[in-house]
This record gives sequence, C-alpha cells and structure tokens, in this order.
Amino acid sequence: MSASRYSPQEIVETIRMVQMENLDIRTITMGISLRDCAHEDLAVASRKAYDKVCRLAGGLVRAGEDIAAQYGIPVINKRISVTPVALVAESSRADSFVPMAEALDRAAREVGVNFLGGFSALVQKGTTRGDATLVASIPEALARTERVCASVNVGTTKAGINMDAVALMGRTIVETARLTADRDGLGCAKLVVFCNAVEDNPFMAGAFHGVGEPECVLNVGVSGPGAVLRAIEKEGQADIGALAATIKRTAFKVTRMGELVGRAASERLGVPFGIVDLSLAPTPAQGDSVARILETMGLERVGTHGSTAALALLNDAVKKGGAMASSHVGGLSGAFIPVSEDIGMIEAAGMGALTFDKLEAMTCVCSVGLDMIAIPGDTPAETIAAIIADEAAIGMINRKTTAVRVIPAPGKKEGDMVEFGGLLGRAPVMAVHRESSAAFIARGGRIPAPLQALNN
Amino acid sequence: MPATSHRIIVTVIGKDRVGIIAGVSAVLAGAGANILDISQSVMDDFFVMIMMVDIEHAGLPFAELKARLNAKGEEMGLKIDAQHEDVFKYMHRI
Repeated sequence: MSASRYSPQEIVETIRMVQMENLDIRTITMGISLRDCAHEDLAVASRKAYDKVCRLAGGLVRAGEDIAAQYGIPVINKRISVTPVALVAESSRADSFVPMAEALDRAAREVGVNFLGGFSALVQKGTTRGDATLVASIPEALARTERVCASVNVGTTKAGINMDAVALMGRTIVETARLTADRDGLGCAKLVVFCNAVEDNPFMAGAFHGVGEPECVLNVGVSGPGAVLRAIEKEGQADIGALAATIKRTAFKVTRMGELVGRAASERLGVPFGIVDLSLAPTPAQGDSVARILETMGLERVGTHGSTAALALLNDAVKKGGAMASSHVGGLSGAFIPVSEDIGMIEAAGMGALTFDKLEAMTCVCSVGLDMIAIPGDTPAETIAAIIADEAAIGMINRKTTAVRVIPAPGKKEGDMVEFGGLLGRAPVMAVHRESSAAFIARGGRIPAPLQALNN
Repeated sequence: MPATSHRIIVTVIGKDRVGIIAGVSAVLAGAGANILDISQSVMDDFFVMIMMVDIEHAGLPFAELKARLNAKGEEMGLKIDAQHEDVFKYMHRI
C-alpha cells in the first residue's frame, strides 16, 4: 500500500509545519563570481558585472516560484551574492565604486531579486587601495541603491583584528546613518561588519561569494523557529537532554526541505548546489521567534539569567540536527538573534529585560552577532568602533563568525521606536555605555592573532 | 533525486461527515488525477484521511489542483491540502 509508506503522524506533522509553523525556504541565493569582470575602466567593469548577473540569474526568481508551486513549500526570498566588489573594481583607477553598486542594483531589479550582497571588502590584515575606495563608497552606495548590501570583514582567528579598519567602520556606520537619516538610518540595516566571515552564507545582509567559490553556485537558507517552538511546547516538562534531542530532530526535518529544494533548483537552473544553511532566522511574524523558543524553555523573558545557556543549547542542537540532514551544511547554520526582526526580542528590549550587554554575551554562543540593534543617534563613531572591536574579539578568540549590524538612528534616543518595515521589522532604541572608548580606538594598529593552543 | 515522483499526498483533516471521499474524489477525477491509495484514522480527536494520488496524467498543474482542493475543503468545512510526495520522502526518510 503506497500511502502507508508514511504514517499519518508523519504526514500530519509535515502539513502542520508548513501551514501553521511558518516552515519555509527562507532564501535561495545564487552566488556569482565577478572576478572576470575586472577592467581598468569602472564603467566597463560595471557593465560586465550587470550583464553577467542578468545572464546567470535571469531564471532564478522563476525557478524559485516553480519549485514553491511544485512542492507546496513557500520560497520566501530569491537573492544573489557576488564576489567582494573591492576585488572586482580595484583594477580601475576610479575614486568611487558607487557606479558599480548602482549597476548591481539595476541588475538585481532586472532579475527580480530583493537583495544582492557583496559590496564587500576583506581587510582583516590590511587595506589595499581598492578596499579603501570600497569602504569610502559604502555610505553613498547604500543611500543611492535599494537592494545592494555591503559587508566588511575586519578580523579573523588566523589574522587577528585590524583596528584601523574597526575605527573606519565606526565612522562609516555613522555616515551611512546620516545619509539615510530620512529613513531612520535604514542604510545601516544593509551593512554588516564581520569577524571570520563565511564565503557561502546565503543570508543577507552579509552574503558575498567568496574567492574560493565556483563560477556560479546555489546556496539555500532554511529557517523554522516556529517548527522548533511547537516541538518544544509539545515536550512539556522534559529535561534538557530531551529538549536537545527534540530540537535536533526538528532541525533535521527542516534541513531536509532545504536539501530537497536546493537540489531541485540546482537541476532546474543547471547550476551546482553549494550548501544548505540551517539558521533559525526569526521574522516579526507571531510564532516565528527565537526569543519565544528560549522563553518556552522556561525563561520568563529573553535576556534574563539563563538566556545564554538556553541559546547555547539551542544553537548546538540546531547544528547537530542540520549536519546530519544534508550532505553539505554550510553558511552560518545556527540561531540568529536579530532584535528588530523578532517579536520576542522587541518586547524584551522594550521593557528593559534584554540589554545590549546581555545581547553581547549571547552572541558568544549564537551563530552570528549583534544584529539589527537600534542605538541612540548621537552615539559617537568611536563607541560604535569599540562595539565592533568587542564583537570581533569574541569571534576571533572563539573561532566563530561574529558580526555587528547596528543602526544609530538619527535623532532618536533611548526608548524611542524605529520602524524599518517589512522583514527588517521595528526596534526600540537600546542604551549603550556613555563612557568614552575613543582613546582606545584612536591607538589604531592590529590586535595580534590569538594563540591556538594552551586553551585552558 | 527530486521530481522523480509524480505522486502527491492529499490530506483531509476535520470532523468526519458523509461525502468526504466522494467530494475529494470528484475534484481529483475532474483533474484527471488517479487515486492510488486511501487510508483514514483519528488523531487528536480529528478525522484524518490521507490519499496517495498520481498526477502524471493530470490535465492541470499541481498548484491549480491544490487550489481546487483547498476550495473544496472550505466548501465542506474541512482542511484539505496537497503536497508533493518528495516532501514527505525527504523529511521522514533518509
């Protein structure tokens, strides 16, 4: 009997995950190498980049929609990542790379993707002329484009932290906020500062197509906080070991959907399948919250004592379940804790249960970092640089990816609300320390790469 | 590998009543879809009917059939859904 291949429980579980628990494919991201688009004339390089993106990604949105229809699983976002633009545009003598950002923005609009990542530079050990030009172009590029996302990697475990770049990124974030002040500093929501950036991350705003990647590749990002939340609720008073096992099982099932969709998309587009990134990426929708998972484990509010332990358990179980489910798990894979995109985080931050410092502690054990946090508009650039330095240090020492995506909301002060709209959500402005870090940041130089032995 | 199967699984969840199989079968027959197997059970006080259906020779796209089944469900006060078999295969079997 064919229907009895699957038990009614299995079938109903799947239907419920898709229909009631927001299980979806969060993104199909096509990585495209632009290394062959370099040219001494930036206008020519930009045209080549535009043409290549349109040629390779022309069928991406259609393929995503077809697969969603075929399997009955929503594919929310179709996106593109490209080679860090600093590498591509450097051959030109141009003193601004904004025209290339605009060309990529046009290409993204042409093929119908909502974000294109890779207006990026990797400067963990030092800055080339092209890197410097790229970073200098970021504020204007993000103000003048709609879909382009920027990222800068300022540190790695192997290289240490480039503190000159950290200081520069503090100023760049302030300037980006200033140029998009009419939209509450929205430009900063499209700018990520990384330590240990990964080359195959399909999630925005930090996606770029690494130099070790092939010509073109498809990476899939699956999510599913809702499915994990429901599974934990059903466990009732189970002990922690049982909770971890439940999370693993759920993560496994969610990741299998990513594997299915990734293979189908790869076959349809004739592009190699890269990785599945299983990240619990919350959205502002009710029930699609990582904070609620932690609260269901027994915390009155996310941000209280115990939050770091609960998040560590969640993040690790998600990775274990995901790793079993796909032949190639990659990207960031874990739990994201963006503030503005998670209804539980928004509430906890608004009532003061979740503070900036607690968020920093939680980033030691989550998959990325300080994400989508609105801070007062008058926060000095040196303070933002010091926030970046702290976060990069956590990543460097713990051999993990960390990132900072903060928005110094122009004209806003602690307790005000900032509205970004859509998937970017809304955030209460959170307090940061008022004591100055300026003299520390002004020193410049590099934090040496850490010792990788004697770990006790 | 994906898309090797032409089978879908139709689920009907709700209160048991007369004419469920007839109603769903009529939609499937109208679409040229062939019912391979039917099973039913009661879970959490809800009636659950599961059909394995071959749509290889169906005269309309899966998304369209799914929409018709959803509509039939609303008409009958039931939750009717359809999902590609590969989804279950991938989620529950390695």
